[in-house]
Amino acid sequence: MAKLLLIAFQPSDALMGAGFAQDLGLPFDILAVTGQVDVDLGAESILSAGLPDVPPADGMALSLVSVCSGYSHIACVASMRSKDVLGRLAGLLDAAMVTDALGLQSPTLFTRPMVAGSIVATVEVLAEPVVITFRPAGFSKPKRGGSSAIETAALDGATQARRISATGRSGGRPDLSQAKVVVSGGRPLKDAETFERLVGGLADKLGGAVGATRAAVDSGIAANELQVGQTGKIVAPDLYIAAGISGSTQHMAGIKDSKVIVAINKDADAPIFQVADYGLVADLYDALPELTQKVG
Amino acid sequence: MRILVPIKRVIDPYAKVRPLPDGSGIDTAGVKFEMNPFDEIAMEEAVRLKEKDPSVEIISVSVGSAECEEQLRKSLAMGADKAVLIESQSVLDSPGVARELEALVRELQPDLVLMGKQATDDDNNQAAQMLAARLGWPQATFASKVELTSGSVRVVRETDTGEETLELSLPAVVTADLRLNEPRYIALPGIIKARSKPLERRPAAVNAAPKTRIVKFEQPPTRSAGKRVASVDELVTALKDRGVL
Repeated sequence: MAKLLLIAFQPSDALMGAGFAQDLGLPFDILAVTGQVDVDLGAESILSAGLPDVPPADGMALSLVSVCSGYSHIACVASMRSKDVLGRLAGLLDAAMVTDALGLQSPTLFTRPMVAGSIVATVEVLAEPVVITFRPAGFSKPKRGGSSAIETAALDGATQARRISATGRSGGRPDLSQAKVVVSGGRPLKDAETFERLVGGLADKLGGAVGATRAAVDSGIAANELQVGQTGKIVAPDLYIAAGISGSTQHMAGIKDSKVIVAINKDADAPIFQVADYGLVADLYDALPELTQKVG
Repeated sequence: MRILVPIKRVIDPYAKVRPLPDGSGIDTAGVKFEMNPFDEIAMEEAVRLKEKDPSVEIISVSVGSAECEEQLRKSLAMGADKAVLIESQSVLDSPGVARELEALVRELQPDLVLMGKQATDDDNNQAAQMLAARLGWPQATFASKVELTSGSVRVVRETDTGEETLELSLPAVVTADLRLNEPRYIALPGIIKARSKPLERRPAAVNAAPKTRIVKFEQPPTRSAGKRVASVDELVTALKDRGVL
């Protein structure tokens, strides 16, 4: 029977994934691996596992195998974690897999980006089950209503990998890939303190997340996990503010689903101005503090 | 200690690529092919591990057309001891590649499979996880640091919120992310010098039927340049009018 299992490693995955689930048009259940998921997202059932945290991929994927039995589609919002775990799950299930779905035409026809977003491929799924990671920006906002039944799910696969340590997100800012506003900075922000003061300051005033270019990360002025682009995070906020960012293909691959892009750069010929909705040619050392002061 | 490094031949990651006019594929006319940059990072890491411990043996493997020899020769020049080219007439999807690699791993019994986190052509990020699953080996994807100890490998890996350190018993599968290292430059004479190293060709062992196929290749919708604003005040007004402030 055609049915979707939407996997939520954390409750926000369910919120971000319900639009995809509704667009797919199949009945669906939500597996809540950690935390509690809203019951009005259109799922028939919520399978609640109540784990304290998500184990390493080998144990997590093994645990998912029995839960996934009977589903034709298994999907999760695209993230480093979902790619880690769902790729392995697809291997265990001998399933087809679609990574980073951007849209769908039917339950077996998906669009997805290739070659750093230079190509959009339409992928036909030829086997069942199919495991999918998707980018929420291309799907509807979920309709709320009804009430799902709540069941418990046992996730108890043995893990071979041992987690020695892990860092969590710091500082109470929203998650980059889920934020409504993202302020990103590039290499011209000279050092970590300046980056945090100017880019972080504006982000905090707007309640947004902070992003960075690969050049800013490589030069040590921003943390690895803030990198936005093909090899970093893919973002799709309502407002993306790029400060001191020239707009490499690599960076653009990560931001082009943003609703409104603002570019602030003192180089009037920077490629970012060719895609920005609003461009301001200015020195960011003047413009960012002024903008931070005036958006409140 | 034996390390297997799968290498993919990909369209030049720095070339501007376009779909063919009829949407049946990617226009490869005049475009070079290279070693997948993430596989190159994995290969570099294997060579560094060998430099620390000369008993390490590195075998590189490519699954694909006869032309993959070019990328395997480069891996030999970087420091692989030998290479295997698994020739497949049809283009395999990730599950198909994972099954070919699985067959080779069962035969060669490496202690570690070290490969790129994804190929820059398909951007799938699937094959390593599928291989690890089929073998029942632990995995660490998105590695930014790899340390071998006796019987295990300690990996610092990038995560959505920062990083974590995993310890995996060997054998294991590890995938390389951007920050693991910067691969050495190999000049052409080095590649020619590596010609005496063994490169074995063999047919695909499994030839699994594909589970997905691409039916259309298109150019993505492009964003066009919007409006230049002259001041921060004008910008704030525009964003308020647009409803995003």
